[in-house]
Amino acid sequence: MMTQWQALKVLAGKRGGQVVITTMSSAGIWPKLSDSPLDFHYIPSAMGHATDLGLGLALAHPQRGVIVLNGDGCMLMNLGSLVTLADQNANVVLIILDNGLYEVTGGQPTAGAGRAHFADLARAADIRRIFTFDALDAWQAGVDEVLSEPGPAVVWLKVEGRLGQKTPQPPGLMRQQVERLQKALGIEEFPQS
Amino acid sequence: MIHGPELVAALKKCGVSHVIWIPDTTLGAWEEALSGPEGLPLIRVCREGEAFGVAAGLILGGKKPVILIQCTGLFEAGDALRNVVHDMHLPIFMVVGVRSYFAYRDGATMDTCPIFTEPIMRAWQIPYVVLEERHTAADLAEAYVQIQAEKRAGAVLLAE
Repeated sequence: MMTQWQALKVLAGKRGGQVVITTMSSAGIWPKLSDSPLDFHYIPSAMGHATDLGLGLALAHPQRGVIVLNGDGCMLMNLGSLVTLADQNANVVLIILDNGLYEVTGGQPTAGAGRAHFADLARAADIRRIFTFDALDAWQAGVDEVLSEPGPAVVWLKVEGRLGQKTPQPPGLMRQQVERLQKALGIEEFPQS
Repeated sequence: MIHGPELVAALKKCGVSHVIWIPDTTLGAWEEALSGPEGLPLIRVCREGEAFGVAAGLILGGKKPVILIQCTGLFEAGDALRNVVHDMHLPIFMVVGVRSYFAYRDGATMDTCPIFTEPIMRAWQIPYVVLEERHTAADLAEAYVQIQAEKRAGAVLLAE
């Protein structure tokens, strides 16, 4: 087993020019490891929809690609998005950080914690590139292969749960995050009202 | 009444890049035109809340999607809609089929969809217009152009 910090630190060292979308627990850790304008912290969020956001961005920028850092609780809320991801053949690497808990609400177990098999769910959705890592050394050894080809890919990372966590706060306002990301993507006409 | 080829032509003229949808009986008649060789990139999602997240990603990426769903799906998608419109402030445009609109007006249905659709749009603070059988794709396009110019979210409620 590895901590979320360890898991994300490995990824931060290998990440290229992809957009990275964080949500929930990962949004509290990733800003301490990366400050790229291509980072987008999906807070405030609609829980479960980070995968959708990544899919839309990947369809808009297929060559760049998107890495989505999702939690197991978020994933369970939107399992259908696995099917949509496969259907669109989108360049998304979806990383499921599975700690079996809703961390920010006090550490209650998620439905099916320890039994739900995210790799099998992804396979059943017709995702072709699926990886499972439950140890830090295996993840360190496998991350290059994960990132060596375009998505769709699903990476199931089994990580330690943490208790006493508060809801993460984004490093900037949503409006500022949107503008920063769009500048980084070369978009000049900002859509916000 | 809006036919598929007219809808596609109007959306293209508006610069729409993608259509994200889950069809209902009325919207479903547009399938052939939307998915045909003269159609638009069509993204089929599994739940309507998903449609709002995908649309948000496309808009962040500089594209101009529209969402086509039924009112039942609008009810399902509330939190995703709230986030995209009121947290992210993105100019989402949606076409929502209102099931049993005419039958309800005539007192000929027990369907509760028409009772709640417009109050819910007002509760989410989404400006909308209702298009009935006499309206055309040009009316839908006009609504799209207006909300794009104002950089806000908006909806067309399609009476069914």
